[in-house]
Parts: sequence; C-alpha cells; structure tokens
Amino acid sequence: MSRDGLQNSDLDRFIIRVRDLRKTYRVGEVDVHALRGVNLEVGRGEFLAVVGPSGSGKSTLFHILGGLAPPTAGEVNIDGVDLLGLTENERTDMRKRKVGFVFQKYNLLPTLSARDNIGIAQSLAGITQQPSDFDETLRTLGIYGRLDHKPRALSGGEQQRVAIARALVNQPAILLADEPTGNLDTANSDAVLGIMRQLNKTKGQTILMITHNPEAAAFADRTVTMRDGRMEGA
Amino acid sequence: MINKLVLENLKHRWVRTFLCALVVGVQVMSILTLIGLSRGLLQDSAQRAKGTGADIWLKPGASFSISTGQVNEKFVPFLRKQPHVAKAIGVLIVPLGGAEILTTLNGVDIAEFKAFGGGFRMLQGKEPTDPNDLIVDEYYAQQHKLHVGQEVPLLKHPWHLSGIMQGGTLGRLVVPLRTLQLLTGNAEPARISQILVKLDDPNRTVEEVKTLNDLLQGNLTAISYRDFIGQFSISNIPQLQAFIGVMTGMAVVVGFLVVFLAMYTAVLERTREIGILKALGAKPRVIVDILVREAIVLAVAGCLIGIVLAFAAKSLIMQLVPASLQVVTVPDWWPIAGAIALGGALLGAIYPGLKAARQDAIEALAYE
Repeated sequence: MSRDGLQNSDLDRFIIRVRDLRKTYRVGEVDVHALRGVNLEVGRGEFLAVVGPSGSGKSTLFHILGGLAPPTAGEVNIDGVDLLGLTENERTDMRKRKVGFVFQKYNLLPTLSARDNIGIAQSLAGITQQPSDFDETLRTLGIYGRLDHKPRALSGGEQQRVAIARALVNQPAILLADEPTGNLDTANSDAVLGIMRQLNKTKGQTILMITHNPEAAAFADRTVTMRDGRMEGA
Repeated sequence: MINKLVLENLKHRWVRTFLCALVVGVQVMSILTLIGLSRGLLQDSAQRAKGTGADIWLKPGASFSISTGQVNEKFVPFLRKQPHVAKAIGVLIVPLGGAEILTTLNGVDIAEFKAFGGGFRMLQGKEPTDPNDLIVDEYYAQQHKLHVGQEVPLLKHPWHLSGIMQGGTLGRLVVPLRTLQLLTGNAEPARISQILVKLDDPNRTVEEVKTLNDLLQGNLTAISYRDFIGQFSISNIPQLQAFIGVMTGMAVVVGFLVVFLAMYTAVLERTREIGILKALGAKPRVIVDILVREAIVLAVAGCLIGIVLAFAAKSLIMQLVPASLQVVTVPDWWPIAGAIALGGALLGAIYPGLKAARQDAIEALAYE
C-alpha cells in the first residue's frame, strides 16, 4: 500500500485518480460547493473527455487537477503525487513537469515568438533540452515553419497548436485541455482535435479534455459527464 | 529566456519605455549637470585664483565668501613691510548683481598687478590705462558679444573696453582699483576685499601664514594658496551640499514615481500574461524578478540617456553662457547618478512586483 492508501498497482495503472474530491469556495459570506465528491480514474495513455453544462464543476476540476487551485477535501493523485497536502509552491513545481495546459483562449505570451513561447515553458521548468522527437511533434502540429512568428501573426488554429506544443515540450504526465476548440472554426477544431488524438495514439500522451461540445468529445476514448459538482452515473 | 521576455515586453510598449527612460535620464542629467556646474564654477574660480601667482591670501573671514570692501587698504603697505613678504596687493571684488549675480568686477592697481604676477595675457587690445578702462576675459566677451573699444555699462558706469584677456587670471572683469572704490563707496577710507601676498620664498608659506595670523590677531585671516584653492570644493560649502542632497532626493523620488507608474500599468495590462506564467510554473519570485529586471533596464537606459543629455547640456551652456556658468564633465559621478536612478527604479518596482506576484493564477487567466 502507498502512503495515501492507494494500491501501487492502481498508481501504475491510473495516472489520475480522484476520490471524493470536494471544493468549496467562499464567495462573500456564502460557501459555494463547486465539487461535491468527485470520483475519477484516468488510465495512462487514455484520452478522456469531461463534458457537462456550465456550472457543473468542469473548470474547477480542471484547475485542481492542474494544481492551479487546492482541493478542499478528498484524494487527488496525479502520477503518484497527492495534491491535497501540497503547498502553493509545491503545486507550482508540480505544474512544471507533470501538467501541460491548453486553454480555450490559447494564452500565448503576445510579446514572444511561437518558438520563445515554447522555450519559456522549458526555461521556467529548468529544462534545457527539448525532447528528441520534438521536431516531429512540431511537424505533426504543422507549426514547424511558423515558429518565428509572434501570436498576432498566427491564425487561431496555429496559436492553439503552438499552445499544444508548449504544453508538451516538458513531456508532462497529463495534458489538460480546457475547451481547446472553443475559439476555433470547424475546420481548425477538427484539425486540433485530430492532432490531439494523433499525439495520444502515437506518443501515448494522456489527455484530459474539458468540453461542452459532444462533437469534440467524440475524439476521446471515453467521455464522462459532470453535473452539479459530481460525475454523473458515478 | 526571462531576459528575452523582459526585453520583448519593453520593446512591445516602446513609447512608454522610451518616455520612462527619458524621464529617468533627465533626472540623471540634472544631477550630473548640477555637480558639473558646481565643480565647474569652483574650479574656474580656483583657476583664476591660481592665475594671480599669490602665495598667501588675506581676507576678513575664515570661510569661503565674497566680501566687498571689508578690509582697510592700509593693511597692504603694512604687510609689505613684513619679513619675507616680497609683494602685496589689494583687490576689491564687487558682484554685478541682477542676472549676473555670480559674476564679479575685480578692482586692482593694474601696474602693481603686472609687477605682482606678470599681469594679464591679452588676446585683443591692451591692459587698462585710463581710469574707466575695463578688460574682460574671452568667455565674458564671447557670451556678451563684446569687442574692443565699445562702451560697456556696468554698475551704472560707462566702462570702455580696452582689451580682451585670456581667462584664468584674477577675474572675468578687471578694472582699475581706484575707480571701482569710488563707484562703490569704498574710497574713504579706502577699502578692499582681500589682499594677495607673494613671498620671497614660496617654501616658507606655511610658516608665514602662521606668522601673519599671529601678527594680525584676527583682524584678517591669512591662508595659503593650497588652503585657499582647497576652499573651492563642494565639501566646503554646506549650502551647496544641501542643495545637491535635495536634488538627489528629488531624483530618487521622480525615478521611483516614473518607474512605479510604468510598472504598475504594465502589471495591470499584463494580468493575463502573469496568469500564463504562473500556470507554466513561475513562482512569485520569478514574477517579481521579471519586473525588477525591467526596472533595471529602464534605470540603465535612463542613466545612459542622462549621461548623453549631460554632455548636451554642458555643450549648450558652454556655447550660450560660458562666462556665467562653467560646467565640467564629472565621470566619477556617473556611477553615483546611476545608483541613484537604479535605487529609485527598484523602489518603484517593488509594489507592482508584489502585486503581480500575489495575483491568483486562475483569476489572472480569466482576465479580459
């Protein structure tokens, strides 16, 4: 048994394991229960879509799994790291190597070129060498020839693909994507989702994608639905 | 990579960056020009004092000041009788006042001064021979566009410009002593401002200063050439030191305010970027570090601009008013002015830096 009560075999099998996760925000004098006991297991190399209506707790789950917000109670284990007991600094360190983010609004630094947007993620993680197959990843993403352009010179689809490259450069355990196609047209959405699926299949990259779009969710291996702070059917 | 981000951020808002560095530069220039002016004026005065060839100065007070007609001229023949005193000569110094408050008219017996230290090195015209003759140095002539032979009204008196001399001897403007005494009410009894003494042996200066001070019992204070020149330094003028302190303090405050404003607006403008950096794993100290580095770049750029502006200001002053204001380049103050600019800039970066570091990553990422 590991220290958090999980079987070692479970840790090997599931890269994300969440048990009875609760998150309560204090808004003014009111407690808002965003997550009310979420249970979730994501296997290594799995592409999971989390769907649900607005206010269901998808984004809160995304923030907690990504170490951007602390859980209030429950177990959250990401690649062997229990997030519940981590300080803010420890969660920041965890983000550098365990998690890669892809946001709806791309969130590239506007003053840096695509290459430097990728480079700064490495720099902040203290990594100097890119993965040996990273050029191949860039070609897969179709941005190899666009790396010296700044975000304003790139299309939305290209910006999102740069964001995916940035998320993958430190070889994270999980890629967390929050509505990655929310700002893209259909063609670009399909392209981005196709690339994510390809990366998942060829490189075994674990992906957890938050979306409210069933067509996007269809690209995943499995889909779970959230409602009112819980996993539906759990 | 962080340095690249810092430079790209500054380049991205280049107008703000330039204006910010320019304001810091103006403050650096103010400090350098003030110090350069202070030193320039004092060195210029010291140079003119040196040009007289005197070994000992005698004046009423012990401190650095221009005193008009406080010394009875009878002390001059008295001093000439003292052992080892080869020559003694009285000088009356009268400030022109008004816009030329730093410029003085120097009255001296022309023939005696020629005998005392060799006289003046004339560039044009001749030394004063008539009671109303005036000679000025090249800087005063250049600033006031004077030419030999013209009438120059000073102290409500129509002087005749008999010559233009090389600068660095006694004063910028020299007239016959008696005429100046009569004009300024220092004729009866005849009074002067200071007495210059030349010894038969300059090596005896220290002993003779002591001997004369013992002899004069406080009526006049004798000081050596070396000590007199030493008085022409900023550290000997408390008011000037205080003024420089105030100007330096203002530079720190202005540098602080400018950088504070620039960094504060940058933090507000870059809220989302700060959220991105945090999501990528930047700790609060990294966020502060980025803003501090930006402030350092602004301060260094401001310092370089300030040095260039100080050269420009010096050139302008020396072209327009070389007689009223003398400026020297003060490279020893470049690092000091730079440190002052840097101090102000770092102070200005602290609060915006902490504000940025405290930002919640999720809220920052949601910022529109």
